[in-house]
Amino acid sequence: MTIQESKYAIEAHGMSVFYGAFRAVKGVTLGIEKNRITALIGPSGCGKSTVLRSFNRMNDLIAGARTEGEVLYRGQNLYAPDVDAVQVRRNIGMVFQKPNPFPKSIYDNIAYGPRINGWRGSKSELDELVERALRDAALWDEVKDDLKKSGLAISGGQQQRLCIARALAVEPEVILMDEPCSALDPISTLKIEELMFELRQNYTICIVTHNMQQASRASDYTAFFLMDRQDRAGQLIEYGSTDQIFQSPRDNRTEQYISGRFG
Amino acid sequence: MTDQVTVSSATQPRRAISAKIVQLQRRPRIGETIIQVVLFFCGFVSIFTTIGIVYVLFQESLSFFADPEVSLSEFFTKTVWQPQIGEFGILPLVNATLLTSFIAMLVALPLGIGMAIYLSEYASLRLRSTLKPIIELLAGIPTVVYGYFALTFVTPALRDLFGRDTVSIYNNLSAGLVVGILITPMIATLSEDALSAVPSSLRQASFGLGATRWETAIHIVVPAALSGIIAAAIIAMSRAVGETMVVALAAGASPNFTWNPFQPAETMTGHIARISGGDLSYGSIDYRSIFAIGLVLFFVTLILNIASRQIVRRFREVYE
Repeated sequence: MTIQESKYAIEAHGMSVFYGAFRAVKGVTLGIEKNRITALIGPSGCGKSTVLRSFNRMNDLIAGARTEGEVLYRGQNLYAPDVDAVQVRRNIGMVFQKPNPFPKSIYDNIAYGPRINGWRGSKSELDELVERALRDAALWDEVKDDLKKSGLAISGGQQQRLCIARALAVEPEVILMDEPCSALDPISTLKIEELMFELRQNYTICIVTHNMQQASRASDYTAFFLMDRQDRAGQLIEYGSTDQIFQSPRDNRTEQYISGRFG
Repeated sequence: MTDQVTVSSATQPRRAISAKIVQLQRRPRIGETIIQVVLFFCGFVSIFTTIGIVYVLFQESLSFFADPEVSLSEFFTKTVWQPQIGEFGILPLVNATLLTSFIAMLVALPLGIGMAIYLSEYASLRLRSTLKPIIELLAGIPTVVYGYFALTFVTPALRDLFGRDTVSIYNNLSAGLVVGILITPMIATLSEDALSAVPSSLRQASFGLGATRWETAIHIVVPAALSGIIAAAIIAMSRAVGETMVVALAAGASPNFTWNPFQPAETMTGHIARISGGDLSYGSIDYRSIFAIGLVLFFVTLILNIASRQIVRRFREVYE
């Protein structure tokens, strides 16, 4: 089988997403390579967040949302009728635009995922798991003495790393990040970007960003999306290595966007 | 005056300033004053009414306790309430109130919170906007209707279920169950408000970790809304304690110190309603006794209200 050899963690084939009668995204064919960071860029309304959210079926939660085409993960179509969205999300985690820790302690924020996944281990094993997740999210040293403190009592940047740690604790293969730095200051942003490079060794990361500098410095591959003027549906314009997209874009529209002429 | 304003040139600065000061003078706004007085009066009426009620309650209760036939300690400890023979122990009345309220909460809490979770976490927008007004409509049914519902439907059903010898025609269980149904919409709508106020970003985070709807509702949304839910429960509890018509109709008309829900008994409110409806002579000790009961009732609901405020403050999970 070619599935085992596939270098892609997620592959979309001719994927379209509808909100009711409105087609938000049309005909996206795109592979998210394993252990790499793929950035989805484009102006507002180009459908990049919709594409990201369709990779772990978060769009299911929006009433009237519907996906056509295929999204393959480990050779399975995520939108096949027998696929459970809950199971999909346990393998493909998500970090959101605004830090959204639960109004619980830092410890309970991390332990929540393992607990709902039917945690069987002992208390000390859970402690270890929490510590590992916080270390992997580069937050352990800052909060190790305050694990009982509310997840909302720390700074915005720390909250976002807490959310990343929370996602890591369920041990997903892929982490989707929806503009994870848009609510953060530059120093916190840099920390998250450094963290993404660390996480790349063990995880596949797909990130939506408004910030072209962020895409150019913090990703391996870049996909550029743009809204079709005729039917207002977002479509993939160009996809390639980040160096290629930013230095020698093939499409004229990509070139115009990255040079800041619109968007 | 307009002339003076226009003269504000550099050569005559002082005159210009004085002209402006003249313009700043206060003009009487009679309409504004009248409105302020009217609004103050509106607020004052509600405060004055409350003070008046409390004053009358205390006044009559004081003269009740001043009566040589009544002793304060017996009032709170004796288990017989027989005004005809001068026995004033409030316990049987308190006991019946607590029993019916407890049964009511047993029905209303799971039912109301379940409804709220369904409406807020499961129902589609369309279903919610249809169901919520219907539930609120339930709260508008006159309580006397609920009372006859208890007496003519629930009680016979209970008697068929448990046997006519066990269940009296008037009993606490039937009254409690129906009071429970009566306060369920209150718990449901108030809790639903609290649940809906939880930001959807928390739900998204939970779903993103692979949680099901139920896990998200129970572990994330309900804890975040807990203060509102507890407040709803306590408000409903005060309502159950103060509910009169259902218990007066269905629970019975004889003070009875019993914890047996199948037995008839009379609650504080039921007793007040019955006695004040009868041929009660003004100024008699019987007459004054109902004010003493009213005062106890007042304190019970006051304590519940204070408790709810405290709990809301204590458990408030700040989620943003």
